[in-house]
Amino acid sequence: MNPNDHLAALQVVIPLLATPLVVLLRSHRLAWATTTLTSLMAFIIAIALTMGVMSGHDYQYFMGSWPAPYGIELRVDALSALILLIITGASTFALFAAYHSIDDQIGSHRQPLFYAAWLLALAGLSGIAVAGDAFNIFVFMEISSLASYVLVAGGPDKRALPAVYKYLIFGTVGATFYLIGVGLIYMMTGTLNLADMAVRIQEVSDQNPVLVAAGFITVGLALKAAVFPLHIWLPNAYTFAPHVVTVFLAACATKVALYVLLRFDFFVFQPNLSGHEFQFAYFLMPLAILAILIASAVAMFEKNLKRLLAWSSIAQIGYIMLGVSLVDMAGLTASILHIFNHAIAKGSLFLAVACLALHFRDLNLTKIAGSARAMPWTMAAFVIAGLSLIGVPGTAGFISKWYLITAVLSMGIAGIALAAVIVIGSLMAVVYVWRIVEHAYFQVPENPVSAREAPLGILTVTWIAVLANLYFGLNPDLPVALSTSAASTLIGYIP
Amino acid sequence: MELLGYYNYWVFAIVLMIGFYAVIVSNNLIKKLLGLAIFQSAVFLMYITMDKVEGGTAPIIQAGVTDQIYSNPLPQVLILTAIVVGVSTTALGLAIVVRIKEAYGTIEEDEILAQDRPS
Repeated sequence: MNPNDHLAALQVVIPLLATPLVVLLRSHRLAWATTTLTSLMAFIIAIALTMGVMSGHDYQYFMGSWPAPYGIELRVDALSALILLIITGASTFALFAAYHSIDDQIGSHRQPLFYAAWLLALAGLSGIAVAGDAFNIFVFMEISSLASYVLVAGGPDKRALPAVYKYLIFGTVGATFYLIGVGLIYMMTGTLNLADMAVRIQEVSDQNPVLVAAGFITVGLALKAAVFPLHIWLPNAYTFAPHVVTVFLAACATKVALYVLLRFDFFVFQPNLSGHEFQFAYFLMPLAILAILIASAVAMFEKNLKRLLAWSSIAQIGYIMLGVSLVDMAGLTASILHIFNHAIAKGSLFLAVACLALHFRDLNLTKIAGSARAMPWTMAAFVIAGLSLIGVPGTAGFISKWYLITAVLSMGIAGIALAAVIVIGSLMAVVYVWRIVEHAYFQVPENPVSAREAPLGILTVTWIAVLANLYFGLNPDLPVALSTSAASTLIGYIP
Repeated sequence: MELLGYYNYWVFAIVLMIGFYAVIVSNNLIKKLLGLAIFQSAVFLMYITMDKVEGGTAPIIQAGVTDQIYSNPLPQVLILTAIVVGVSTTALGLAIVVRIKEAYGTIEEDEILAQDRPS
């Protein structure tokens, strides 16, 4: 028995098994250590899976050796591997930061339960990425969602509660829409396995139920992914969650929903529904453009640092959807690359925010004046990650914006307008990042600032994340290779 | 006549919309959650409907019986899982409402918004 064959299953099983153990641990430090170790193991498994995928073979795993389509199939290809890297990486970085950051926000007696919910969220999100059938994706989606509601509700501010309530309502409606869609497809094809589904839909005589299913699934997942205008739950949930939870969720929660959307639309619907490409493009492209312009504009006028970054996330999802809505190889590559690059840029930004919040409890922009003098390393990290968010050459953000602009320009006249939207969005990003920099560096604080630099541990984690932005900006081979491979797999299904 | 033949699906669609309407319109957080529970129940009904085969019984193989028609057991299993998910969502939602009541002293959405606004 070669343990390498079981990696896809272990990715989910290890955090799931560690969860009850963490619940039983009484010491919050021990719970933290166990959780971090588990997450680190998951990260290593994800790296191993990525290396396997890069070397040219996809992983296929049959639970209990029952062959698909009767048994449950796990599948890891380039797209899943990329998403797994983001999920487990974000979780591991955020957990290392949690050592210093979480004590302020969650009482030590509640921490073991908090970490247990964290592991469930990790297991659920990884499960979505490895699952090969539609219903398991639903179950894992609900596991991760329920756990992340608990994580967000852990925030010390009482406004976290209405925020998480809204998140729960929207998340459940989204998941139920998805379930209706899966039910309709099951009715027509009698299968839940995605690969089997893609084959059997061709034999369906009446396409209408499948069309309705495509609508339900797309809208349901768009709700989960906070695609404009279904984003309304996101800003407050990110703002009032504990800082490390924001790092984790901002880097991967919405991306995983986007992953399912891509997988379903390109794997199951695009090859089999006539005219689906145009419906998909005409539906999503206007929303993507609106997301970029409106969410960036809102971010420019936002006063709270975390909510500003949350609005910026909605705009970034717009960029990702814009690339997807081109429904061609270049656009998809750019989108998948942007999923990766935005995850590391936004993750680094929120890590810097977690450092900042150790001494600046109130994250209103006017209240962080003088922070750059008191915490030079934190703010320097913030600025570099901010440059990556804008897309300045030399950072990771530039690579995906460049791919995206190249992709839209191949469309001719319309492409120039789309490129203009991307440039305007990036200029607005310059404005909102600059506003933060201005307050942190140039505003004179009302009261003398007593803050000191953040502890070395959390600062190191933040800087590793920031340096990853620079590394993948100068040497983007790995994410580009993964996204190209993922995009060619997805596009390969379209006849 | 064919329209009436889809009786169960009509009920599904109507119950679904009743639930969704309650989620959107209610101001009271508990009523919203009830709406959500109705919304989810409608989907359970859809799954149960599609597995029914006319004249079919529970899928248990009996010795000597070869011509029996069985209902499809898979959607029932699926929906059992979905019911568990629905129950846990409702439970978590209610737990959040309890904490909202403790923190704000009300479970009316507009009053909560009004309390948050000045800050």
